[in-house]
Amino acid sequence: MHDGMPVVVTVREIIDETPTIRTIRFDHPFSIRPGQFCMVWAPGVDEIPMGYSSPDTITVQRVGEATAALTSLAVGDRLGIRGPFGNGFSPEGRLLAIAGGVGVAPLYPLAAAGVVETFILGARTAEELTFATPLAALADLRIATDDGTAGYHGFVTGIIDEEIDLSSYDTICVCGPEMMMKGILDRLDAAGIAGRGQFSLHRYMKCGVGVCGSCSIDPDGLRVCKDGPVFTGDQILNSEFGVYSRDASGRKKRP
Amino acid sequence: MITLQKGPVHIGGITLHNHLILAAGVLGTTGASLGRMLRLGAGGVVTKSIGPEPKAGHSGPCLIPLNGGLLNAMGLPNPSRDYLDEITHLRDEPVIISIFGGTPEEFGEVASWFADTAVGFELNLSCPHAEGYGAAIGADPAIVRACTEEVAAYGIPTWVKLTPNVTDIGVIGRAAEEGGASAIVAVNTVRGMRISIDLRRPVLGNRFGGISGPMIFPIALRCVYDLYDACSLPIIGCGGVSSAEDVIEMMMAGASAVQIGSAVYDDIAIFEQIAASLYADDGLAADEIVGCAHA
Repeated sequence: MHDGMPVVVTVREIIDETPTIRTIRFDHPFSIRPGQFCMVWAPGVDEIPMGYSSPDTITVQRVGEATAALTSLAVGDRLGIRGPFGNGFSPEGRLLAIAGGVGVAPLYPLAAAGVVETFILGARTAEELTFATPLAALADLRIATDDGTAGYHGFVTGIIDEEIDLSSYDTICVCGPEMMMKGILDRLDAAGIAGRGQFSLHRYMKCGVGVCGSCSIDPDGLRVCKDGPVFTGDQILNSEFGVYSRDASGRKKRP
Repeated sequence: MITLQKGPVHIGGITLHNHLILAAGVLGTTGASLGRMLRLGAGGVVTKSIGPEPKAGHSGPCLIPLNGGLLNAMGLPNPSRDYLDEITHLRDEPVIISIFGGTPEEFGEVASWFADTAVGFELNLSCPHAEGYGAAIGADPAIVRACTEEVAAYGIPTWVKLTPNVTDIGVIGRAAEEGGASAIVAVNTVRGMRISIDLRRPVLGNRFGGISGPMIFPIALRCVYDLYDACSLPIIGCGGVSSAEDVIEMMMAGASAVQIGSAVYDDIAIFEQIAASLYADDGLAADEIVGCAHA
């Protein structure tokens, strides 16, 4: 056990990505592997897990009290960071990345590292697409929107079914809404290649360092914060993934 | 080093696979997690503390690693009665239900939900950072006795976990004994805090919390030593145990078994690791060393 006090950083830049998503740039970088996360402390509010979108940024969608505090930050404000935590992605060979909504954040460092061949980016509508411009320069970018305002009209799974041969990729890295990820896991499983999938999971977390157990998933008790947040498809087949999760009290709820 | 005989252990009315028990509040939110710790070598497991109503706990930060310990203020998050479903698949295992409440009646109510299935209860009269619960009532011998009586009335082994944040822990231990406890667990976390210099505010969302891990081992050891003199109940030593040597030292102070919590931070396989150097075919019976440092 060694000192894990939050590192206090100053906000150097705020970037409006979409009407609901902002990128917050810190005044110094962290040494990260793509897919790792940090515990972000909004002083006086709460501390929540966020994937790094680069060594010195997090990309936040306003969904609750803590994310509202983070998306309201101004340049010069300070916050606490614990991390990087978790395993991150393990890219190998030909890499397909699939992101839904703000789930693009932890996948972006993979693309920035130049290891993603094909990137499928989904969002509800055109103006909610995040990082589409830089991604177009970094990978073969395919876009899907639920309402058809940009790219393919439908979900990312529709693009997969119509345009992508999943078995031609060695690694398929995925982050987004759980039911989207479940749809991809089902397709990989049907093709007999669940093990090639790497899924970044989200669960309610308290400690972030593998002690409290609030992010443990059934049936094996794997800790999303420490054993994950990235799990291979075969690790989460026949698990609670896509079926339920737990709230802050530990009560089960639908995803 | 001294080694012990392997095999099932009977302590405070409960049969355990070995002397090493997973402490309450660590990896105990789900039944699957408790099952994993049993597979990873825990001799028994204590659940997250369950209370009369569901609680989300304190806002974060809730846990901060320190040099040689952990500082936490979770705030007793728990699903209350829903927890019954978590542990149905562990019915034949040594799973001890940790209970908290604000009054003896609340302790009794929670115990009643588990009375048909539990192998044992552990009363959390010692959490240092939840207003109206834990140490707030566990420092009062009359309340400790009343809460213990309420739960012990179910006829199921009842362990009482004590706070070190009192002047004389022996008085509290005797109150638990008079209330009908079958064992004493000593100790819960030592109250403490840290402040972020840059932000000029306490780092925990709750401001104050409890310290666990190696930095409190000598405090826990002293409490076990005092309780061994003050009470005749078996004692389960808890606080910073992270090696086979720590286990032996706790036993020499008077502990019949130990609980391990914070050490999972460095290694989730800590139970197997300690067991590998603690047990040997030609090891001693634990009885030969329990309390030997009092001679």
